[in-house]
Amino acid sequence: MYENHFLQQLQSGKILVSDGAMGTELQKRGMPVGVCPEEFNVTHPEIVREIYKDYYDAGSDLVETNTFGANRSRLALHGFESRVREFCMKAVELARAVRPAGRFIAGSMGPTGDLIDPLGSRTVQEAYDIFSEQAEALVEGGADVLFVETMMAAEEAEIAVRAAKEKTKLPVVATMTFELGKAGLRTMWGVDVNTAVSRLTDAGADIIGSNCGRGFDDMIAIVREMRPLTSKPIIAQSNAGIPDWVDGISVYKETPEIIELKAKELLNLGVNILGGCCGTGPGHVRKMRQLVDIMQKEI
Amino acid sequence: MEELLKEMSQAVIDGNKEKCEELTRKLLEGGLSPKEILDHGLVPGMDVVGVRFRDNIIFVPEVLISARAMKASLAILEPLLTQAKIKEAGIVVIGTVKGDIHDIGKNIVAMMLKGAGFKVIDLGIDTRVEKFLDAIKREKADIVGMSALLTTTMGYMKVVIDKIKEEGLSVKTMVGGAPISQSFAEKVGADRYAKNATEAVERAKELIGIASTINN
Repeated sequence: MYENHFLQQLQSGKILVSDGAMGTELQKRGMPVGVCPEEFNVTHPEIVREIYKDYYDAGSDLVETNTFGANRSRLALHGFESRVREFCMKAVELARAVRPAGRFIAGSMGPTGDLIDPLGSRTVQEAYDIFSEQAEALVEGGADVLFVETMMAAEEAEIAVRAAKEKTKLPVVATMTFELGKAGLRTMWGVDVNTAVSRLTDAGADIIGSNCGRGFDDMIAIVREMRPLTSKPIIAQSNAGIPDWVDGISVYKETPEIIELKAKELLNLGVNILGGCCGTGPGHVRKMRQLVDIMQKEI
Repeated sequence: MEELLKEMSQAVIDGNKEKCEELTRKLLEGGLSPKEILDHGLVPGMDVVGVRFRDNIIFVPEVLISARAMKASLAILEPLLTQAKIKEAGIVVIGTVKGDIHDIGKNIVAMMLKGAGFKVIDLGIDTRVEKFLDAIKREKADIVGMSALLTTTMGYMKVVIDKIKEEGLSVKTMVGGAPISQSFAEKVGADRYAKNATEAVERAKELIGIASTINN
C-alpha cells in the first residue's frame, strides 16, 4: 500500500521533495483572473496534468492535487458547491495518469475561508463535514496522503486534521502559515509555532510544518523554532518571497538560484519534506532535488 | 458620563458586545449625543484595538470580537447619526476586487474605518470596475479602498485606478492585501498603500486631511 510506503520512507530517514506552486503555475499557463482554479481539472485537464508532470519530471517525490479550494464552502462562491467529489476525483485521476512508479499523490485541502463559531456562523460540525467530504473524495480518487495546508486558525486546522484522520486511513500532513512580526512567528490568528505543534500533534497529524508565507528566510526561522519541539517529520514549503509587479505581472523575487543556500539551510535544520508554495515552480524543485540527492549521498 | 465613556472604550477593547449595547443606551439616556458617544467611546476603543493589532499584541480573532462589539453599538447609533445629519470623517467605498473572494481583511479595514468615524460603503467581494465607479459617484466618495489576497487579482486594482483617472474623478485611492506592497501601489498609481487595518485608518485620515489620533 502506498500510504504505508509514504510514512515508511520518511521513517527510514529519506528526505522527500514535494512540488512547487499550483496556483501561480496555472496563471503562467493561461488561467484567467477570477475563475475557479479547481474547475480547471474538468475544463482544462491537459494543463493541470502538464503541471503535475513537470513537477514529477523535475524530481518531486510527491505532487499536490489542484484541490486547495475544492471544499463545499469555497466552491459555493463560484456556484460549484455540488461538485466537490467531481473536482477532487478528477484532480487525483489526472495525477495518476502521469505519476511515475514509487512517487506519491498528495490531496491538497485548504481552509474553508469561514469564520468558525463563536467568531462566525460556521459551526464546528459543519466544518468537520465540509473537510470530511473533501477528504473522502480525495481518497476515493486515489490520493496517498492528505495535506491540510495554509491554515491560520488552530481550531480549523484541528477540525480538518481530525476529519482527514477519522474518515480516511491516509497519513495526514498539516501546515500552518506564519509571519514574523513583533510577537515573533505567528499566524494571522495569533497561533505561535509551539501551539501549532502541540495542537496539530494532538489532532493526529503525522507530519507537521509550514507553508506559504513571506519567503525562505522566514521559513528558516520557523523550522529552527519547530525542529526542537517535535520528533515528527517536518515539512517546509515556502513562497518564493513577496511578489513584485513588473510590466503588469507579478514576479516572485526568490529564484531557484537565490534559494539554493536557503534550501540547503532548511535541510541542515532537519526538514524531512522540502518543497515550495506560491511563486515556486519546476525550476525550484530541480534545485531542491539536487540538494537532497547530494545530502543523501553524503549520508 | 466620563466614566461610562471610558467603560465603553474598554468594552470595545474587550469585545464585550452586551456591555457595549447597554452602555450605548445608558449614555443616550444620560443625554449624550450619538456623535459624542462615537467620538469619545467607540473611537478611542477601536484606536487601542488598532494599535494592539498593528503591534501583534492581538490578532484577527480579537479584532473580530471587538469589531462585533462596536457594530452592536453602531447599530443603535447609526440611525440617530443619520437623523441628526452628522457629518462623518469622510466617505469610503471599499471592496475586494474582481476575481477575488477573500474578505476577512477587507472587513476588518471597513470596521476600523467605521470605528474612526468614516461612512463606509462596503461593496463586498468580486467587485467589478463599474460597481466601484457607480458607488464612488453615487456616494460622492472621498476615498476608494481596494483589497486583494491573490497575485492573480491584484492587477485589477490598476484597471479601477486607470478608469477613475480616465473619468477625471477626484476620489483618492487606497490599496491593501497580502501580496500588495508600497512599490506595487506606486506602480499602479494608487494614492496610498496600507499594510494593515490600522495603517488604513491613518492613511485615510491623511487623504482627508485630518490629523491622526493614533499614537505610535
